Amino acid sequence: MTLARRHFDALIIGAGGAGLNAALQLANANLRVAVVSKVFPTRSHTVAAQGGVNAALANVQPDNWHWHMFDTVKGSDYLGDQDAIEFMCREAIPTVYELEHNGVPFSRLDNGRIYQRAFGGQSQNFGGAQAARTCAAADRTGHAILHTLYQQNIRARTHFFDEYFAIDLISDDEGAILGALILEMETGEPLLIESKTTLLATGGCGQVFRTTSNAHINTGDGMAMALRAGVPLMDMEFFQFHPTGIAGKGMLITEGVRGEGGYLVNKDGERFMERYAPNAKDLASRDVVSRAIVTEVKEGRGVGPNADHVLLKVDHLGEDIVSKRLPGIRESSKIFAGIDPVVEPIPVFPTAHYVMGGIPTDRYGRVVAPIQKGPEEVVPGLYAAGECACVSVHGANRLGGNSLLDILVFGRAAGQDIIKYLDENPNHRPMSEAGVEKAVARLNRWDKRGEGLSVREVRDEFRKVMEDHAGVFRTDEIMSEGVAKVKEIRAKLADVRLTDHSSVFNTARVEALELENMVDIGMSIVLSALERKESRGAHSRPDYPERDDNNWLKHSLYTLEGDQMDFKPVHTKPLTVEPFPPKPRVY
Amino acid sequence: MQQQPPSIEKLRWQCRRGMLELDFVLRGFLDNHYPTLSADDQALFVKILDYQDQLLLDWVMGHVVPSDAAIRRLVALMQNG
Repeated sequence: MTLARRHFDALIIGAGGAGLNAALQLANANLRVAVVSKVFPTRSHTVAAQGGVNAALANVQPDNWHWHMFDTVKGSDYLGDQDAIEFMCREAIPTVYELEHNGVPFSRLDNGRIYQRAFGGQSQNFGGAQAARTCAAADRTGHAILHTLYQQNIRARTHFFDEYFAIDLISDDEGAILGALILEMETGEPLLIESKTTLLATGGCGQVFRTTSNAHINTGDGMAMALRAGVPLMDMEFFQFHPTGIAGKGMLITEGVRGEGGYLVNKDGERFMERYAPNAKDLASRDVVSRAIVTEVKEGRGVGPNADHVLLKVDHLGEDIVSKRLPGIRESSKIFAGIDPVVEPIPVFPTAHYVMGGIPTDRYGRVVAPIQKGPEEVVPGLYAAGECACVSVHGANRLGGNSLLDILVFGRAAGQDIIKYLDENPNHRPMSEAGVEKAVARLNRWDKRGEGLSVREVRDEFRKVMEDHAGVFRTDEIMSEGVAKVKEIRAKLADVRLTDHSSVFNTARVEALELENMVDIGMSIVLSALERKESRGAHSRPDYPERDDNNWLKHSLYTLEGDQMDFKPVHTKPLTVEPFPPKPRVY
Repeated sequence: MQQQPPSIEKLRWQCRRGMLELDFVLRGFLDNHYPTLSADDQALFVKILDYQDQLLLDWVMGHVVPSDAAIRRLVALMQNG
């Protein structure tokens, strides 16, 4: 079979905010850009980001990027790289203005300036009064940004490959990335994109957990491609969980419900948070509430036919308060849980929301890995940006309003650095036919016929194992078991068979490829979490309850080959200002 | 000439959206209601899939009521699973 080939200056895999902002820089510089997306670009997960973008514009309250930097370093529990955080907080300002000029309809103040709202974790003057730093387009900021960037890319003639699934990166013997093999879903035909540069911008991987707020597309495809290309994943143990997702589905039930007087009960109707946090009760910190819910379920006090969740009661608040103060919760509960919270309690369980870790990059979006000489050598031709990347600006915990900022700043920075790279490297490297064959083999493996396991049964088992062994309840014993179980599941993948071998829109084949991606990422999460013997940010261990800066102020690196763990130092030195030394994180 | 409706597999993929809420609602509708719809309603569902995620969410959550009566009817079915 002859493999169709196309040639581009830059290949961008993923069409959310990071990918589209990078593509726009490149297309505006008259470079040939291909954006590959497994779904139509405006159906990327960026569309779900409602909150806004942090930037110290000082339109509402006094503010500056240095205060924003302090908040982000503190929020990261001092694991964020301070050079990258300084860069992000400085670049936030021109990035937001560029978006404004591109047409994002930000909400306005009466004086015409961009409106900014206050959000948790934001302060003036290094931990002082509440700041107002978040720029928003009503409650649909992600939607507004995504659509604006898409339209601007259409204007700039970016070449879109919609509904193409990326199979694998192609690398040569020197580890340089030469493009990727992609699959056209409409025809089932593979296509080789030869590209001088490749940017991974595939978003998060929340689907590795059974309960997640992430859309079904968030299967971490770019992270897994990087792993298979020999690039490690960094800080994968840091995953934000929200205590109250709708059980079995994952949609968020806002913490405002408990703020308004809602409370959690187990199968006996007991208000169990009184035992775990006698003072704060249901308003205890996220990790305490999440772990309490999981403990109730593990100890047999869960609710439902499988005793696998607890209940969030709001019916005592009355219809008036629920409708007025908690808009949306009633509709969500009715549609996704099939109950009216005014009458019945809401079934809830902790839901995986955001991964701080990812593909290690520098602040230019260049992927860096321990190759020969040091822990941060640039992988030639490969970039990453957005949730799939780890710059690291979020460290152990991300602040609200910094995720859209991350994708936009580093998408833009990656685009600009690619322009520079292409200026210095104007030619394609010779294609590695061995690399192509390897990628084709990954695709063709799914043509095997005969009896075997189904994708669905292995996927369900895997996501439950991740929830039970790498979720919010993290002890040595539980995670060691998790590593063994993920290894077993990984071995089972060889026995999985498809029953549908058609070419046209064979979604079963794509789901099988996604499952392979998720299992590799799952191993990176559970193994990194097992290795980190401390509690920091979103990584909370009852057996190591304290942060341990002497031994653990370092980034973890997981490499697929041999399931190896390694570590590298945190960049504690900013670009131009004094470092913020680690302190207890008190709000 | 009447256009051939897209295959179920293609529609299943197009029910994959940027928001988890829509993944559940659209996929549920495709599995539970689409096969029993009239040809006209099936064509309308295919058209609905082209709308923006944010608008679909607003419809499903009842924040916005579709002006088209036929769309209103399909959205009501989506809301009820």
